[in-house]
Amino acid sequence: MITFKSAQRILRKLPRENAFYFFTSIGNYTGVSADSMEEFAKKLLEVNTKSLEFHLYRGDFQKWVEGTLEDKALSDEIRKLQLSKPLGNELRDNLYLTVSKHYEKLKKSSF
Amino acid sequence: MKVRSATVTLDELDWDIIRLLKSNANQTYTAMGRQLQVAHSTIYERIKRMEQQGVIKKYTITVDVGRIGRKPVTAIMTVFADPKEIENVAKTLADMREAVEVDTSLSEELLIIAKVVAEDQERLHEFIAKKVVPLAGVLRIRTSIVSKKFKEDEFPIECSK
Repeated sequence: MITFKSAQRILRKLPRENAFYFFTSIGNYTGVSADSMEEFAKKLLEVNTKSLEFHLYRGDFQKWVEGTLEDKALSDEIRKLQLSKPLGNELRDNLYLTVSKHYEKLKKSSF
Repeated sequence: MKVRSATVTLDELDWDIIRLLKSNANQTYTAMGRQLQVAHSTIYERIKRMEQQGVIKKYTITVDVGRIGRKPVTAIMTVFADPKEIENVAKTLADMREAVEVDTSLSEELLIIAKVVAEDQERLHEFIAKKVVPLAGVLRIRTSIVSKKFKEDEFPIECSK
């Protein structure tokens, strides 16, 4: 059960240094970043799928969601998604669905 | 042939001395004089003059990091930044230990080119992701990891003759 307080905390806007920065490979930054879960969900739809593959299989999404957003439940869901080894647009669709559904749930709890 | 710069004029012997020093700055005046067929006192005077004029700025060493068990990753990083912030980004980058060379370039657009060194690829990525990308004004970064170095020199001495 997500409390009002924890939902608000997870949905907060992060400072610049804690944002998620999308890369396509080691050291290659796309210029796309997200400083909240809401923005993260949106950016999943616009960033190159190569970037999504790069981060998912390095465990970067899971690490950021759990360590920075402090949302273990979503991190676990992304981990589960990784096990089915999706690629390309299948990865984008599934990841977006996972994050956006979770976001909507949190948003309701935060009101 | 004389080569002129804004303040200092070098002749061919000066350039020959610079070439020898760049290959090994630890050799004696006598050894250099023998190679260039001039007296060691001439070599001494030329070097002292170039030091006083600031042509020779310093003597340094090259460490073979492989011999001390390290195999660092070198990468050339191109940072596309907001023109209003590019000077600040370059200065901040220059203060970072991992950035061993930082330049700005104006070709089609204003950008920063930096040579960065890290212990391994993971630390290189962490450095770029955590320290460079969050700097205000950074728009995009392209990084090429050096796989094999064939040559490294500051400027082509032979072409100056």
